[in-house]
Parts: sequence; structure tokens; C-alpha cells
Amino acid sequence: MKALLVRDIRLAVRAGGGFGLGLAFFLIVVVLVPFGVGPDNGVLAVIAPGILWVGALLSCLLSLDRIFALDWEDGSLDLLATAPLPMETLVTLKAVAHWLSTGVPLVLASPLFALLLSLPAAGYGPLALSLALGTPALSVIGTFGAALTVGLKRGGLLLSLLVLPLYMPTLIFGAEVARRGAQGLEFGVPLAMLAGITFGTIALLPFASAAVLRVNLR
Amino acid sequence: MELNVTGLSVARGGIPVLEGLDFSLRAGEALILRGPNGVGKTTVLRTVAGLQPPLAGKIGLEREAMAYAGHADGIKTTLTVRENLEFWAAVFGTGDIAAALAAFDLIPLAERAAGALSAGQKRRLGLARMVVTGRPVWVLDEPTVSLDAGAVALFAQAVRAHLAGGGMALMATHIDLGLTEARVLDVAPYRAKAPAHDDFDGSFL
Repeated sequence: MKALLVRDIRLAVRAGGGFGLGLAFFLIVVVLVPFGVGPDNGVLAVIAPGILWVGALLSCLLSLDRIFALDWEDGSLDLLATAPLPMETLVTLKAVAHWLSTGVPLVLASPLFALLLSLPAAGYGPLALSLALGTPALSVIGTFGAALTVGLKRGGLLLSLLVLPLYMPTLIFGAEVARRGAQGLEFGVPLAMLAGITFGTIALLPFASAAVLRVNLR
Repeated sequence: MELNVTGLSVARGGIPVLEGLDFSLRAGEALILRGPNGVGKTTVLRTVAGLQPPLAGKIGLEREAMAYAGHADGIKTTLTVRENLEFWAAVFGTGDIAAALAAFDLIPLAERAAGALSAGQKRRLGLARMVVTGRPVWVLDEPTVSLDAGAVALFAQAVRAHLAGGGMALMATHIDLGLTEARVLDVAPYRAKAPAHDDFDGSFL
């Protein structure tokens, strides 16, 4: 189990692995927004939580098709399927590896990016907290989408279309936590909802991902 | 330990390709599947390895007994030869890769990135993986593609060592490996006659 996790992270960090790609994309989105809406700090502060969450979502999406596609292309996915790992464990580990290489850097960098969008300082903590709680759901849902589209040539666009609607609940409650935090309001309720969504997807979706992967490998 | 395949029917893309296939393998035996391109050798091997369900029939052993090597080697080009093998050894819980490296003459290449290997060297790395799985039944699909004569001899030697240790080997290959003790099964006579799933539901299977 540990070996697969270590391998996936090692592959992500080495040449062509795409580590940091999501982070760089996030940075560019955050830098582009003030150019689009103007440098008014008041306006930026209002839209910052939403922009930061949408940015995080899109940069997470960017690396989803790599979760299974690379292993599919070089044949390792077949070999992993015959290995003594249950398919459910395999998809969970893949999601964890994706989260560690995409979600965690986003969480850590989010206060810096919040500064670029002049989010009030009170919002930094809630923003990072909401991302820390929400990005695992993004990775797990994304792994499900990647399992659905594995084996399709140029499946990336279809993957986005399938996955983005499923991201909506996470986005709604995640951005709400960040917005309320920035305004100094109490954010316990959306945080609890966000945590519920995340833990629900972690508990249920690996079974669905494993099932579709089995069908796709036939 | 014995692998008994009885009445096996397999389908590719929902279309039955072979039916009524019977064969058995005892410990220390090797069986070579022969047949023209597209007859369904790969499909049989994938079914035996547990990657797809059979249409009908039984495979006597559990999928946990099988180690499968397909057309692709499953090599990560940015990892070194040693890292590639160590990963599979850890996944299969065996741990020791020295024997596998030695069996396929990979020791001089151990620290090289797998992406820098030639096609034949990659194939040797892919086959060395079979040694680290520690599983009794090797299911090999065209194992000798891109191997030169020397490497084919190495491979035959590795298969012999595996058989001598009580293992089994089931492979599809067109070339002569020099494994004179291996039995040969021509699968062409088992070609499926009429499509079993020509109804509406069948097209979704």
C-alpha cells in the first residue's frame, strides 16, 4: 500500500509528473482576475473567496486525467489490477496521492494567493481550513471521473464535463466558509456541511470508482 | 497445485471469440497457446489472469495465484530499473529483487532510468517483474517480443527455474523458446461459432 503511494508521489515530483502545475495554474488565475475586474480592493475582497475556490477547483481538475491515464497507457493498470491490492484500496490510494500532490500545496499556498486578491486577513484561516477540508472531496470525486473515462483517447474534456457538476456542493459550502470567515461571521454550519460532503464521498465513492474501473479494464 | 480450466468461453468487446476450451496444468508444467492473430489468445490469458470475467466455464485457481504480463510492460520511465522492480516487489509483498535482476541480466542497468532502456531491455525488466511477484502461475502474453536470441535464452532459463520450483507457465507465443518440455495447444479449433449475445441487452455487456 505504502509502495503505491510513494511511487505515485515520486512520479508526480519527477520530470513530466505535473507536480506544481496545478499550483502555477492557480497562481495565474488569481493574478488574471484583478486585471479583469480592475484593481478596486473593495470589489476584489468581495469576490475573493469565490474566485479562490473556483481557482482551486480548476487547478485540481487540471491533473485529474493523469490519475489513471498514465498507468493505463503503459500497462501498469492491468498489472495493478492483478496485484494483491483490492481495487477499492487502489483507487483510494490514487486519490490520496492526487490530494497530496495537488490539494495540499493549494491549501498551503492559499493565504498567499488570498493576499493577492486582498481578502481580509480574518479570512485566511477559514479559507485554508475550507480548502483543507474540501480538496480531499475534489480528489476523490475526480478519481471517480478519471476511472469512468480511463481508456478513452482525449478523455480529458469529457472528464471535466462529468466532474465539474459533481464539484458544485463542495464549491458552494467551501466558498461560503471562506466568505463568512472573511466577513468575521460564524461559519460552523457550512463547515460542517463541507466536512459531511467530504467524508461522505470518501466513504462511498471508492466503491463506485473501483466498480467502473473493473468494467473499463475488461 | 493444479490449474484446471474447463469449458472456458471468452468474449472480446462483447463478441465471443473462443468457446469450450479445456486444459490443465500441473505444478512444473508449461503450456503454450498457439493460433492465428485475432483468434483470442490474449483474451484467454486476460480471462485466466482475472482481468475479465469468462462468458462460461471455470478457471480452477483463484486470481491470487496468477501473475500476468501483457503486451505492455508497465514500466515507469522516470523511475530507475531498481525502483520499478522494488515497487512491484513491495506491492506483491516479496521484497527481494536481487534474484530477478540477476535472472534477466539487469544488474549493470539497475540504476539507469527505465526511459533510457532499449525496447529489449524494457521487455527484460517487464519479465523480471514476474520473478518478484512470487506467484505460482505465470500468464505471459507474447513474452519474447523485441528480445534478441540471448535474451530469449535467459527468459527460457527463468521459466525453467520457475517450473523447477513447482511453478506453472501459460503463454502465448509464436517463436520457439527451446522449452521442449512445454506442451502446445492450438486454440484455433475452439473458435466460437454463433454470437451468444446478439440481443439488445448483449450489446451493452
